[in-house]
Amino acid sequence: MQAFLQQIIYGIQLGSLYALIALGYTMVYGVLRLINFAHGDVYMVGAYVGFYCCTSWLPFQDLTTHPGAATTNIALAIVALLLSMVLCSMLGIVIERFAYRPLRNGLQQIDAHFWGAIIALPIASHFVKLASLAGVLVYAVAAVAIGFAMRPVMTYLRKHTVLSTSRLNALITAIGVSLALENGGLLVFGSDQKFIGNVLPEGTVTVFGIQFSSGQSAIFIVSVILMLGLRYVVLYTRRGKAMRAISHDIEAAKLMGIDTDRVISFTFALGASLAGAGGAMVAMLTHVKINTLFGLQPGLKAFVAAVLGGAGNIPGAALGGVVMGVAESVVAGSKFSTYKDAIAFCLLIGVLLFRPAGLLGKNVAEKV
Amino acid sequence: MRNRIMGLFAISAITTFTLAGCKDTPASNAPVTGNGTNAVSTSSRPVAAENGNPVTGNEILVGEYASLTGDTATFGKGTHNGIQMAIDEANDAGGISGKKIRLLTEDDASKPEQAQTVVTKLCADDKVAVVLGEVASTRSIRGASICQKYGVPMISPSSTNPEVTKGGDCIFRVCFTDDFQAAVAAHYAWDAGWKTAAIFKDIKSDYAKGFAENFSAEYTKLGGKITGEQSYQGSDTDFKAQLNTLKGQDPSCVMVPGYYSEMGTIARQAKEIGLKVPLLGGDGWDSPQLIPGAGTALEDCVFTDHYFSTELKDKGIEDFVAGFTKKYGAAPDALAALGYDAAKLMIDALKRAKTLDGKGIRAAIAETKDFAGVSGTITIDANGNARKSALVMQIKGKDFKVIKSYTPEQIGK
Repeated sequence: MQAFLQQIIYGIQLGSLYALIALGYTMVYGVLRLINFAHGDVYMVGAYVGFYCCTSWLPFQDLTTHPGAATTNIALAIVALLLSMVLCSMLGIVIERFAYRPLRNGLQQIDAHFWGAIIALPIASHFVKLASLAGVLVYAVAAVAIGFAMRPVMTYLRKHTVLSTSRLNALITAIGVSLALENGGLLVFGSDQKFIGNVLPEGTVTVFGIQFSSGQSAIFIVSVILMLGLRYVVLYTRRGKAMRAISHDIEAAKLMGIDTDRVISFTFALGASLAGAGGAMVAMLTHVKINTLFGLQPGLKAFVAAVLGGAGNIPGAALGGVVMGVAESVVAGSKFSTYKDAIAFCLLIGVLLFRPAGLLGKNVAEKV
Repeated sequence: MRNRIMGLFAISAITTFTLAGCKDTPASNAPVTGNGTNAVSTSSRPVAAENGNPVTGNEILVGEYASLTGDTATFGKGTHNGIQMAIDEANDAGGISGKKIRLLTEDDASKPEQAQTVVTKLCADDKVAVVLGEVASTRSIRGASICQKYGVPMISPSSTNPEVTKGGDCIFRVCFTDDFQAAVAAHYAWDAGWKTAAIFKDIKSDYAKGFAENFSAEYTKLGGKITGEQSYQGSDTDFKAQLNTLKGQDPSCVMVPGYYSEMGTIARQAKEIGLKVPLLGGDGWDSPQLIPGAGTALEDCVFTDHYFSTELKDKGIEDFVAGFTKKYGAAPDALAALGYDAAKLMIDALKRAKTLDGKGIRAAIAETKDFAGVSGTITIDANGNARKSALVMQIKGKDFKVIKSYTPEQIGK
C-alpha cells in the first residue's frame, strides 16, 4: 500500500511536468485550433538553456568541490529558470511570427530577413568558424545581404500565393518546425549528450513512510505556482480576456478591435515560457542526459494529456497531465513496466470513447 | 469536430508509441543459447556468397563505423582512437607488403538504422576490404548483416552479444561474449555474498536483454534468487517508479546492464528513492562520461569489463598506454584497447592472407591463434569469437579500480 502511494506521488510529480507542457498545447489550440508540434522542442531548448546556465553562462559552483555554494546556486537556479522562460518565450514568438503567421496573413517583407538569417547560417559556417568575432561579423553581413536579396522574392510570393485556411497546412508546418528545431539543434548544441553536474543541494523528506525528494518537490511546487500565475493571466488581465475572446470567436474578436496577431503572439510566448521553465527545471534538478530529442517523448505525452483533459481547456490540461503521470508511474511500477507507454495511452482511448471531448472538454457542435 | 480531430491525432500518437515499442531486430528474439565462446568444433554459421572487395591499387581501404556522436559517443571516439593508432603504426612501419592502409571512418550517430546505411556505403560504394566496428551490439548486428551480404570481413572490437557473430562466417570479434561476461557478473555477485538480485534492463538494447538473460540463468544456477525484473527504454528520463518497485522486493544487489548514458540518471534516482544496495553492470558502463553523469551515486558499485586497465602491470599494456597517452593526451579506456586490438589483429591477418580479397582475408582472420593483444591473448574460434578473461571493476571516486579477474576456466565457460 505504501509502495503504491509512493508510486502515486511520483506520478503526480511527473504529471505536474506533463501538465506544464500540456498547457502550451492547449492554449495554442484554444486560440488557433493549431496543434503546435514544435512545443515539445521548445521544452528541449529550455533544457539546453538550463544546461548552459549551469555550465558557462552563470557562475554556478559544483557542490562536491564547493559545498558552501548551495545558497548562491539556488539563487542562480532561479535566475536560470527565468532566463530560460524569457528565451523560450522569444523562441515561441519567433516560431509563431515566421512559421505560422505567414500561413494566416501571407508573407511580409520582414520574412525575407528571417529566411536570410537562416540561409546565411550554413553558408557562413562553411567558410568561417562562427564562434569568433570575425565569424559573427561575416554571418551578420551575409544574413543582411541575403535578407535584402530575398525581399523581391517575398513580394513575388505574396502576390502569387493563395492563402489557405486549411488546418492541415498549419499542422504540417508545425511538424516541420519541430524537425527543424530537433535537427537544427544538432548544429547549434552538437549531438553529444550533456549532463549537468552537482549544482543544487539534494535531500529527501519522509512523511508517513512516503518519500518526497527535494528535486521532484521543487518541480511540483514551481509548476503549481506557474499554473496559478497562468490562471491569473488568463482570467484577470486584459490580455487574458482577449485570449479568451479569440478562442471563442476570432472574427468577432477582430471586429471588436482586438489586435489578434499580437494576442496570438502573446499566447505562444506564454505557452513557450512554461515549456522552457519545465525543461530548465528537469535539466537542473533531475540530472538526465540532454540531447536534441529531449522534448520528443514528454512533448507527445503532454500533447496526449492536453487531449485527455479536453483540448483548449486550461484546467483540463492540468488534470490530463496529472492523470497521464499517475497512470504511467503506476504501470511502470507494476510488473508490466515494459508496456508503460502503451498502457498509459490505452487509458486515453478509453477516456475518449466515453468522453470524446476529453475529461473537462465541452462537446460543442461546430458548424462545418 | 475539432475534438475528434485532436482525438485522431492522439490515437495516431499512441500507435507510433506502441509500434516503436515493438521495433526490434529479429535476432534479439531468438533464444540465447549459451554456447557462444564454448568452442564448438564445427560452425553452423552461414557462408558468404560474395567475395568482398578485392584490393586493387596501392592502398588497402579499411572501413570503420563508429558512434562518434550521439548517446554512446565516448564508445565510438575511444575505439576510433585505438584503431587509428594501430593503423598509423602499421603505415609507419611500411604498410603491408608495400601497400598503405587507408582508414575510412563513418559516424553512425549511435543509431542502428544509420549504422546499416553507413556500412552499406562502405561496402558498396567505397569498396573497403575489411570493416571494423561497432561497440553496441544492436548496431553491430545491423552492420554484420550488410558485411555478410557483401562478403566483406568485419571485426567488432567490443560487441558482446552472442548474436553478433552468428550472422555469418565473415563476422568476427576480439572480445568475449555476454554469456561469459554475464556469468562473471553472476559469479562475482554470488561470491560477494549477494544472495538475491533484481534486474533492471533496457528493453530496446540487444546487449542489455542478452546480458540480463545470461545473468539470471547463471545466477539462479549458482543458487541465487532473482527477486524481480523491471525494464526501461534508453530515452526515458524518469526511472523512479520501476526502481521503487525493485526496492520493495528487497534484493541485495540490482543488475543494470545498460550503457553509461542513462546509468548516471538511474543511479542518482536510485539513491534519491533510498535504494541503497549496490548496482551491478557490464562493460557498457566503461566510459569517461559515467562519473560526470552519476556524480557520487555510483560510489562502490561494480561492473564487469574487458581484460584491460591501466592498473595492470604488463609490458604490452604499459607501452600501449604510454603511446596512446602521448598521441591523444588522455589514457585509453578498455574500448580504445579493444579498437587497437581489432585493428592490430586485422593488420596481422592482412599480412598472412594468401589473397587480398574477401575470402583470403576472412580465412586469415579465422586462423588467428594466440595473438598477443593488449586486452589479452586472442584465439578466434570456429564461431568467430575470442575467448578471454574478464575484470571486475569497482568505482572509487573518479576511478575504476580492478578488484577481481576471472578466466573462462574459473567459471566453467
